[in-house]
Amino acid sequence: MQDKAQKMHELSIAMNIVEIVEENAAAANCKAVSEIDLEIGSMSGVVIEALQFALEEAVKSSIMESAVINIHEISARVKCIACAHEFEPEDIITPCPACGHLYADVIQGKEMKVRRITFFEELKNKE
Amino acid sequence: MCGTCGCGQEDEIRITKPGDEKQHDHVHSHEHEHDGENHSHAHTHTHSHNDGHEHHHHHEDDHGHHHHHHEDSREVVLEQDILHKNNLLAERNRGFFEARNIRAINMVSSPGSGKTTLLEKTITDMKGYIPFFIVEGDQQTMNDAKRIEATGAPVVQVNTGSGCHLDASMVNRAVKELEIAENSILVIENVGNLVCPAMFDLGEAYRVVVISVTEGDDKPIKYPDMFRTSNICIINKTDLLPYVDFDVEKAKDYALRVNHHLKFFELSAKSGEGMDAWYEWLKEC
Repeated sequence: MQDKAQKMHELSIAMNIVEIVEENAAAANCKAVSEIDLEIGSMSGVVIEALQFALEEAVKSSIMESAVINIHEISARVKCIACAHEFEPEDIITPCPACGHLYADVIQGKEMKVRRITFFEELKNKE
Repeated sequence: MCGTCGCGQEDEIRITKPGDEKQHDHVHSHEHEHDGENHSHAHTHTHSHNDGHEHHHHHEDDHGHHHHHHEDSREVVLEQDILHKNNLLAERNRGFFEARNIRAINMVSSPGSGKTTLLEKTITDMKGYIPFFIVEGDQQTMNDAKRIEATGAPVVQVNTGSGCHLDASMVNRAVKELEIAENSILVIENVGNLVCPAMFDLGEAYRVVVISVTEGDDKPIKYPDMFRTSNICIINKTDLLPYVDFDVEKAKDYALRVNHHLKFFELSAKSGEGMDAWYEWLKEC
């Protein structure tokens, strides 16, 4: 499994996620993370299944080892360079449905973000 | 932590000048700290973009696990780019290059498209016009650095071990070894791989993707991320066009559909055909 993971840039991505979460946890003085929300665009170059696989490795022994990880897929959205029509392309070479032009600029779908982290508060006074 | 496999080893990356190989013999043993019970704990959910209500739960062990959405939890909204650190370091590299009028080029391609041959020819033919400095990225060996060294250009080899791409910190370290002169061109020859290097900004001014006519002319739509993030597309080995099925116009059409800003050079580093236009661009870039 490790061998497979080494070949993937998704593992670098996963480790960056863990690092960001650990830094923020330290800054917030929190010891545990219950949930994190990620945004991954369909044109970001990240394969979500590969990221999930990589995260399983990367979270081990980390503050987010038992956190729920929500991956929000952001669909691609492009803008035709001829008529400015905005649409969600079926594949990367879909012509503009309004004017048939072949070229468009990507306006959404490159996202690769940690959207939100949910920490457990210190539970000293409870239990 | 090690940037490639997460094993806590930083030094799998080797940065070596030709002639210095021997000093860098160190062992890289993978010792993972997370010992004992290997209870797999990643709880990932995938949501399609409309957010929620389409949870594909991948819980292998759902027992004993609760969603804590009540008062003892605290949310922090971050919206932070996952590659934020790499991007910041890339900007530092970029600032350094700009201040010294160093034109940095990140050269990417599949393995075997002829990047190193193109560089050898370019450095040799441009002698007297522009000084070249080279960072060579490969998983293993000093082979490419030695080829570049033979042209007379200063070169540093980065061996990424099992890593599939260069990142901004590797380039930062390599550049410190290179002592690049002002008013020069730095070419960073990335690891041969059309996928992973696309995501990692190195601080380059231009990204140049090289494809050769011995590959399929549908490469741009098979590996769109690399073509989408590049500024220049070089179609290499055009001397072989009579012998292969590669349709140059089709390849360019595909590439433009992915990224209509691309500028093309069709050339053969071997025969020299088409190289002049590339040299003109280098002089003016």
